[in-house]
Amino acid sequence: MSTRTLIDAPGPAAPSYAGVGALLVATLRRDRRRLLIWVLALGGVSVYSTVALGSVYPTAADRQARAAVVDTPAGILLSGPGYGIPDGYTLGAMIANELSLSITIAVAVMSIQLVVRHTRAEEESGRADLILAGAVARRAPLHTALLMAGLADLAVAVIVAAGLIGSGLTALDSVALATGCALTGLVFAGVAAVSAQLVGHARTAAGAAFAVLGAAASIRGVGDLVQDGGSALSWFSPIAWAQQTRAFVDLRWPPLLLSAVVAALLALVAVRLSGRRDVGAGLLPPRRGRAAASPLLSGVAPLLVRLQRGAIAGWVLALLLAGVVFGSLHDSATQMVAGNPRLAEAFTVEDGASLADSFAAATASYFGLLTAGFAVASVLRLRSEETAGRAELLLSAPLDRRRLLASVLAVTGGAAALLLAAAGLGSGLASAVVAGDVTSVGRGLGAALVHLPAVLVSTGFTALLLGLAPRLAGLAWALLVYAVLAGVFGPLLGLPDRALRLSPFGWVPAVPAEAVDVGSLAGLTLVAAVLGVLAAMGFRRRDIPA
Amino acid sequence: MSEGPAVAIRGLIKDFGDVRAVDSLDLAVEPGQVAGFLGPNGAGKSTTLRILLGLLRADSGTVCLLGGDPWTDAVALHRRLAYVPGDVSLWPDLTGGEVIDLLIRLRGRPDSGRTTQLLERFELDPTQRARSYSKGNRQKVALVAALAADVELLVLDEPTSGLDPLMEAVFIECLREAKDAGRAVLLSSHILAEVEKACDTVTIIRGGRTVESGTLDQLRHLTRSTVTAVTGGDPAPLAALPGVHDLSVDGHEVTFQVENAALPAVTGVLSGLDVRSLVCTPPSLEQLFLQHYGDELAPPESVGIR
Repeated sequence: MSTRTLIDAPGPAAPSYAGVGALLVATLRRDRRRLLIWVLALGGVSVYSTVALGSVYPTAADRQARAAVVDTPAGILLSGPGYGIPDGYTLGAMIANELSLSITIAVAVMSIQLVVRHTRAEEESGRADLILAGAVARRAPLHTALLMAGLADLAVAVIVAAGLIGSGLTALDSVALATGCALTGLVFAGVAAVSAQLVGHARTAAGAAFAVLGAAASIRGVGDLVQDGGSALSWFSPIAWAQQTRAFVDLRWPPLLLSAVVAALLALVAVRLSGRRDVGAGLLPPRRGRAAASPLLSGVAPLLVRLQRGAIAGWVLALLLAGVVFGSLHDSATQMVAGNPRLAEAFTVEDGASLADSFAAATASYFGLLTAGFAVASVLRLRSEETAGRAELLLSAPLDRRRLLASVLAVTGGAAALLLAAAGLGSGLASAVVAGDVTSVGRGLGAALVHLPAVLVSTGFTALLLGLAPRLAGLAWALLVYAVLAGVFGPLLGLPDRALRLSPFGWVPAVPAEAVDVGSLAGLTLVAAVLGVLAAMGFRRRDIPA
Repeated sequence: MSEGPAVAIRGLIKDFGDVRAVDSLDLAVEPGQVAGFLGPNGAGKSTTLRILLGLLRADSGTVCLLGGDPWTDAVALHRRLAYVPGDVSLWPDLTGGEVIDLLIRLRGRPDSGRTTQLLERFELDPTQRARSYSKGNRQKVALVAALAADVELLVLDEPTSGLDPLMEAVFIECLREAKDAGRAVLLSSHILAEVEKACDTVTIIRGGRTVESGTLDQLRHLTRSTVTAVTGGDPAPLAALPGVHDLSVDGHEVTFQVENAALPAVTGVLSGLDVRSLVCTPPSLEQLFLQHYGDELAPPESVGIR
């Protein structure tokens, strides 16, 4: 009796890239806006920086004055190995030394997000199951994500190179610099691809890749601090490889070979690892947590602190570092500003105030604006708790809505004070060490903390929107954007006083260049309190939508 | 424990812009009673429950929850109730155990023995972070937190969606225990078998309006039972009886529907027909439900035609 198979045997084995083409088209379509913004923004920054640095530092003497600022510990941490500083700091050398770090880190961040978004996040959301149920190879999403990262990095390289060349810099060096940034981006795409195989959650995978990026940036910084032009330690960081091309000073290509080889190796490792794991699972077993809550987690304020503790710690650290950097630059920056009339105009707050005090007040206003950014985001978290349906769970417990909002405001205000104190302390301590003047610790703290009432007004304004018109809560960012424009560019643009005072920060005295104006600080605090009370009343009276 | 109904809603109206989500709805839950709250998606069940919790404000009508007003006395009333939302969303970085403890502490009467026991019964691993829980496991977290609470009223919004049948059985068991402990339960659902198993009373709503409510027995009296019999004699005379519908004969087997009022007459005729087998099924909730929504599902004339 002859048997007939009812099911056809599968044909020849499908290649591991089956489906990559269709996936690539779909992924490009999903990401087209996001990528366009990244690419255009990075292109814009490279053109803007070149033009702006060229006009602010037109002469060799100006540039050498800037080089003196960059050639300090804080300056080196924030720039590069400093090629070109000893023998004439040209515009190109400036771009290679200072701008390339920002672009490299931005490209790395873009690549990490892109790879995680299209690999691990897709698996976590369950969309990958839907895709992989089609005639698509299991590795196709990984191949696609890596290809996408390659395309995005290439696009950045092209536009950055075009921007630099268009701004009048040497073509070959511009291409080398742009290629270096893009290849470093690819290295971190590889890092993200590997971490996405190891751990089971998108946030953890991205976090691990960002940690590697942070380590790479630190290693490069410390390595370059140890020795001009970078020490052996620097070479352990992929970021250094891009900077070691010495673009616009004494161009060499071999370091980029290192980037390319490492990027390829990482991609290969990721592809091999992906074959050894289940879809949806990581190679490392997930970490277990506590079976019971700690006794501290016993109310809504502790919950809010717990939810935000990572963010608060990150912000405190960032502001502390920013404070240290600005504080340690006080002396050298003041000297540079004194010799550059355009900068002096931008920084002087009060005729007759010392330039050093004006500089301290100006940097402190940045700390205030940054802290307001934290505060707005922190209050808006309540909105996302609402839309996610978690506020419903909290409010089904015996918890007064006004108390919930008050807790959000209290935690935000407390954290904001902490942030400002960290920035002020960092700045005061660093300038005390550099200038050998202990009193600057108090001055730094005061200059930063004087912004707290204005930060509280931003907090209260955000809460008011949330309480009365939750759909418009995002508008809270508009006030902050205005405050940044008025605070940072207002003096340069010569905005009238009335326009500056639309921003809560327009009422903050420029301590230590000015005396503390208790009246306006008390006024701001009162406005913040009124906004908070109105917000609580609105929040009590409105529906909590599902 | 308070006297009077746990929930009493009369003529409740709630509009979202131009859309009337709830339209003169009536609903009552007595202490020690499990009340089923039935309706298809979008009928206004969740909106009603969210009004009961003081999350939404009623536009008109009276809403009485445990003797108080859910909007103005929310905090005091919430000490006496527990809630499980239909779509449970948790804080991704907290473990299930942490979320359960937090919710119980917010309610103010922790009892860790009960929690541990419920965790075991629902086979929930409290050490996992909420972001790695499946929908069913998130549901279990909210259920454990609600069932562990020593409260007078449980408000449950489709609590078994995402649970497997074994866990559903555990849940029904927990409902019975809650009832025995004198708690009132308001259970919204569209799983009819679950309501049939667990509920004392049922309220069926449609388009935000109460269309039927009462005990299951009361509701059954309003409708027909299905009778299947194998007879030796000719079943044709049955068709002539008033109150008998949709009679069909297949050899010796006869199937028909009968209004409960006509049952005595039918049994009289059947006794003369040499009955060899007889099955009489009370109307299922599904039939009740379809009776109220049937005209949406199929044109009326086609119902019951074989």
